[in-house]
Amino acid sequence: MSTQPLQIGEAPAETVTRTLEGDSHTINFGPQHPAAHGVLRLVLEMKGEVVERADPHVGLLHRGTEKLIEHKTYIQALPYFDRLDYVAPMSMEHSFAIATERLLGIEVPERAQYIRVLFAEISRLLNHLLNITTYVMDCGGITPALWGFEQRETLLEFYEQVSGSHYHANYFRPGGVAKDLPAGMEKHIADWANKFPAFIDDMERLVTENRIFKQRTVDIGIISPEQAIEWGFSGPCLRASGCGWDLRKSQPYDVYDRMEFEVPVGTRGDCYDRYLVRVLEMRESLKIIHQCLAQMKPGPVKTQDHKITPPKRGEMKRSMEALIHHFKLFTEGYHVPAGSTYTVTEAPKGEFGVYLVADGSNRPYRCKIRSPAFAHLQAMELLSKGHMLADAVAIIGSLDVVFGEIDR
Amino acid sequence: MAENEIATAEAPAAPENPLLVLGKAIAEAADGAVTGVDLARFGQELVVTAQRDSLVTLMTLLRDDPRFAFEQCMDVCAVDWPDKAERFEVVYNLLSLSHNHRVRVVVTTDEATPVPSVVGVWPAVTWFEREAWDMVGVVFAGQPDLRRILTDYGFEGHPLRKDFPLTGFVELRYDEELKRVAYGPVELKQEFRDFDFMSPWEAMTSLPGDEKVHQNRLEGPA
Repeated sequence: MSTQPLQIGEAPAETVTRTLEGDSHTINFGPQHPAAHGVLRLVLEMKGEVVERADPHVGLLHRGTEKLIEHKTYIQALPYFDRLDYVAPMSMEHSFAIATERLLGIEVPERAQYIRVLFAEISRLLNHLLNITTYVMDCGGITPALWGFEQRETLLEFYEQVSGSHYHANYFRPGGVAKDLPAGMEKHIADWANKFPAFIDDMERLVTENRIFKQRTVDIGIISPEQAIEWGFSGPCLRASGCGWDLRKSQPYDVYDRMEFEVPVGTRGDCYDRYLVRVLEMRESLKIIHQCLAQMKPGPVKTQDHKITPPKRGEMKRSMEALIHHFKLFTEGYHVPAGSTYTVTEAPKGEFGVYLVADGSNRPYRCKIRSPAFAHLQAMELLSKGHMLADAVAIIGSLDVVFGEIDR
Repeated sequence: MAENEIATAEAPAAPENPLLVLGKAIAEAADGAVTGVDLARFGQELVVTAQRDSLVTLMTLLRDDPRFAFEQCMDVCAVDWPDKAERFEVVYNLLSLSHNHRVRVVVTTDEATPVPSVVGVWPAVTWFEREAWDMVGVVFAGQPDLRRILTDYGFEGHPLRKDFPLTGFVELRYDEELKRVAYGPVELKQEFRDFDFMSPWEAMTSLPGDEKVHQNRLEGPA
């Protein structure tokens, strides 16, 4: 028998043998794990079934986006943003487009601003649909994921109709959007937006009061508003803790200042609240979509300065100047005056920031991408300490991590 | 009378950019820790340059003073300017939720000089500082967890330095002898193409020997 004091458990000495001393063990969660939402390697130090220490190792999807952007013109840099948070690509483009516009000091036509807000909200729905449903799947419910992906497909078809691509849209450009909505598009979106609440109702009926889902998420991974603030939380994760902060309201960009919508706020800051906030945000997004469609007027969709945005094809056939503009734009690009900006948008996951430094040349000097989930994942140890292993899965799901943007 | 004079002198400062007012208040409260207050992006963003050594004091002040109340540090970014005497700029983007304003705090450093870590002020900066170390090679003093974060285990170098080539130095290949994936030097199948589209018209404002004409044109023929 060992005379040393037992490390683990409260059990009296005579009932425990020495073999139990090594019970505290470290396990690798991922990088190949369906519930890791990508390539997360989570080193977990367990005490039996309880998490003692959680150390997320990220960077397995690092592609050097920031370095690549430094070697590309501003127009060529934009498509890299689609590949960050590939769940809501246009929201990522939004920050970079606005940052470039702000450094250039140009105005964007009203219609382009409406289109961008419209598609930013469609992207928010895309993101929340994927997050909520796969999160429920992590907790054992398979049906919502099957339903949600069907809805996502409809939304991705909207992406395809405007940009020609399901995911890598490259649609928001500095100075506006790539092209106008095709004929009848507004009606398609409006029809869909009228039908969509029925889906949210159906999904909520399956999930919101589901006993198993609530057992898995209520009071799991609680974070207080003070902690959430000091850990750099933003977006739904911050709001679930009871902090009513939304950049669309407090620091509005494009036409968000004309939109009327509520900011859902949680009370407990647990996994369940993060789910609820996202569901309510989906309903608010629909309101914004309806308002955009109602307020949108025909007009130009990109700034008419053809040193920034390409001229129309038809013009290029007749006008020499237009042809020169087109050629210069897609070879040399445009020169952005020296300066710096930290531009943020309310991406579906939280504050997505671009710290852009221009040196007067046609390429960004430095482009730092601030991804919201990077800060959220950092708090993993704080959130999961003392919880069971299965709860760590629920917490990762509730944080809404996508490694495209975390690893960059 | 003297008081009146000061009041009139400050009166035109009232419609001054509120960000600049905030910046001046910070500089005053920081007691010498701030070396410069600047506005970026056409006066829309406040930039405060700070002294490296008193960074933690300044950050604590910015967080705790109710006038500033920067509760969140949203981002830490390191920028490499190889031509400057202290080549790295570390940029902290702070956000105040209660006042709804932002500030950018900038300190400079070089490869050898550590920047005091502000992990005691905001725990969230740990990963951001790790990233700045990993990507640019800025050392943070007092950061207990200064591991690499985004690059591979055992990676050498700091990829976001301007003297680090875009292709890197090593690449992964399957090694037949070792029967596993192993690092080897980068082999490019074709020359790396980094086109310089900068046109001579934009880059050179006057041709050699042609300066006089250019100058006359600028001044106008009177």
